[in-house]
Amino acid sequence: MKFSLGPVQYFWPKDQMLQFYREVADSDFDIIYLGETVCSKRRELKFDDYFAIAKTLHEAGKQVCLSSMTLYEAPGELRELRKYIDNGEFLVEANDVGAISMLQEKNLPFVAGAAINCYNQHTLRQLISMGLSRWVMPVELSGQWLAEILSQSVIADIRCCFNTEVFAFGHLPLAWSGRCFTARSENRSKDQCELCCINYPAGREVKSQDGTDVFVLNGIQTQSGFRYNLVNQLNTMADTVDIVRLSPQVEGTFDWLAKFKANINGAAPQQLSVTDSNGYWLNLAGMATG
Amino acid sequence: MELLCPAGSMPALKAAIEHGADAVYIGLKDDTNARHFAGLNFDEAKLKEAVRFVHLHGKKLHVAINTFAHPDNYRRWQHAVELAANAGADVLILADIAMLAYAAERFPHIERHLSVQASATNAAAINFYRQFGISRVVLPRVLSIQQVRALARSCDIDLEVFAFGSLCIMAEGRCYLSSYMTGQSPNTAGACSPAAFVNWQDNDGILESRLNGILIDRFSPGENAGYPTLCKGRFSVGADTYHALEEPTSLNTLDLLPQLYAEGISSLKIEGRQRSPAYVAQITKVWRAAIDAVIAAPDHFSVQADWQHVLASLSEGSQTTLGAYHRQWK
Repeated sequence: MKFSLGPVQYFWPKDQMLQFYREVADSDFDIIYLGETVCSKRRELKFDDYFAIAKTLHEAGKQVCLSSMTLYEAPGELRELRKYIDNGEFLVEANDVGAISMLQEKNLPFVAGAAINCYNQHTLRQLISMGLSRWVMPVELSGQWLAEILSQSVIADIRCCFNTEVFAFGHLPLAWSGRCFTARSENRSKDQCELCCINYPAGREVKSQDGTDVFVLNGIQTQSGFRYNLVNQLNTMADTVDIVRLSPQVEGTFDWLAKFKANINGAAPQQLSVTDSNGYWLNLAGMATG
Repeated sequence: MELLCPAGSMPALKAAIEHGADAVYIGLKDDTNARHFAGLNFDEAKLKEAVRFVHLHGKKLHVAINTFAHPDNYRRWQHAVELAANAGADVLILADIAMLAYAAERFPHIERHLSVQASATNAAAINFYRQFGISRVVLPRVLSIQQVRALARSCDIDLEVFAFGSLCIMAEGRCYLSSYMTGQSPNTAGACSPAAFVNWQDNDGILESRLNGILIDRFSPGENAGYPTLCKGRFSVGADTYHALEEPTSLNTLDLLPQLYAEGISSLKIEGRQRSPAYVAQITKVWRAAIDAVIAAPDHFSVQADWQHVLASLSEGSQTTLGAYHRQWK
C-alpha cells in the first residue's frame, strides 16, 4: 500500500506553498499530486512554478503527477490545460474528460481523478483502453462498490494494467459550480472576487442554523463539512486499494500520514473527532460515521 | 429550434404534445434515470403507448437513461437501453461512458444525445464524447451565455440548453452533495435530496425542514416554505445566515431567446419530469408562443408580459433567474 498526497485544494499564498512542498520533499509520501484543480483565477503559482516543484520532488525520490482542473468552461482554461498535457515528463491526473481527450490524442497514460464518472466495470475498461493507468474512485462510492467492480471478469483479467486509489483523508470535494461561493459569502460577484479565497486557507465553514458543520466553501468548489477520515479502514483495503490519498491540510498533514502508516494493519487505531466521517466507504451517507 | 418538454406520465406527455412540444423526454420506471421518483415515469407498456402517441403526431420521443450503471446490477442499464430502442424511441439521452459505448454498438441507428449528467462544459469534453457517435450535447447549467456562444461557434455539433425550470447550480453529474447527506445522489440513485429523507416540524409556529436529520431551513409564519433541496437552504457562514449556495428560484431564459436562436442552439429543454400535466401544458404553451415569435421575427422579439406572468407563477418561490447564463449571477 502506497500513500499519496493530493493537490492542495485551497488557495494558499506562494510562500506558504513553497514551504509546504519543501516539507513534502522530506516526507514519507510516495506519490505527490500537484496543480490547481479548482479555479483558473488562482495564479499564485503558475504552471512553470508547479513544474519546477515537480522536478524538485522528483529529484527527492517522489513519484509526481500533475493534477488538472475539474471544471473547464473557457477556451483560455483549455490552453492552460494543454501545458499540463504537453509537460513532457510527468503523468497527468485528469479531472475532466476534456483532459482525457487531449491525453488520448497524444497516446499518453493518465490518472482518472475522483471527478471522472467511472461507476462500473465497463466504463473502467473503456477508460483503461484509452490509457488509464491509475483510477481514483469517485468519492461517493463505498469499499463494497469498489470490490464489486474489481471482482467482475472484464476487470479481473486486466487488473495488472492499472492501480486503484482512494481519497481517504480531508474535506471531500463534493461539487463544482459556475458560481463562486466564497465571493458570494463576501457579497462579491465572481468577476469581482478579488481572489478573496486566499483569506480562507481551509475554506469557509457552512453550518446549519442549529450548528452542524454542513459544507466548506472553497471558491467554486463545495466540500464536505466533516473531514473524511478512513484511518481505521485501512486494514479492509488490502485486496482492493493500491494507493491511499491524503488531502493537504493547513496543519497536521504529515502527522496524519504517520498515523495512517502506523495503522495499515489495524495495529494503531485512532479515535475519530466528532467532525470526522467515514460514511461513504462504509456504504452510508457520506457525513455519517460507522 | 426545437422545444423539448418533460413528461413523467402519459397525461403530461399528451399535454406537452397537444400544447406544441416538438419532442418529449421521459424516463423508465426505475433508477436508470435522473428523476427516479415514486409514482413517476414509464413502464414498458406505457413506453410503447408514448412512442405511438408521439409518432402519431409526427413528434419525437427522447428516453433518458442518464444515471450511472451499478457494477452489480449492470444488466438493468443495458436492459433499459434495449427496452427504449426496441420500443421505437427516437433518441437515447445517455451519460455513462459504458452506456454510450453499448448503445453505439448495439443500436447505432438510434440518435445518442449526451445527457447533462455527463457534465460536458467545454470543447475538449465534447470532443471526448464524439468517439461514441453522439449527435447532440445537453449543456450543463453552469455556463454563461458567452460560454454557450463560444461553444456554439467552435463545436460542430447540435447543442441543447436548459430554458426553464428548477435550477441546478452545480455542474450536473459531478455533484455528490445529496449522497453526502442521504446516501443517495443523482448519479447513483437518480434523485437529489430524496423525499424519503425529508422531515417537516412545526416548533411554535416556526416551520423547520430537515433532510436526513440535517436542518436545511427555518420558516417564519407566512413565509413560503419550499422543498428542502439541500443547496437551496439557509445556512450560516461567519456571522451571516443566508442562502449560502442558492436561493429557491427557477431558471428562466425567455430574455435570452433571441441570442440562443441567433447562435443556432438546436433545442430548448424544459426541466420538470416530476411536474403535473397542468404545469407541463402551461409551460409548453408559453414557450411554443415564444419560439414561434422569435423564429417569425428574430429582430423584433420582445418578451410578453403575460408569458412572464405565467412562468413566474409556476416557479419556485415565484422567483426566476437567468442563472449562470448571466455573468452577474456567478
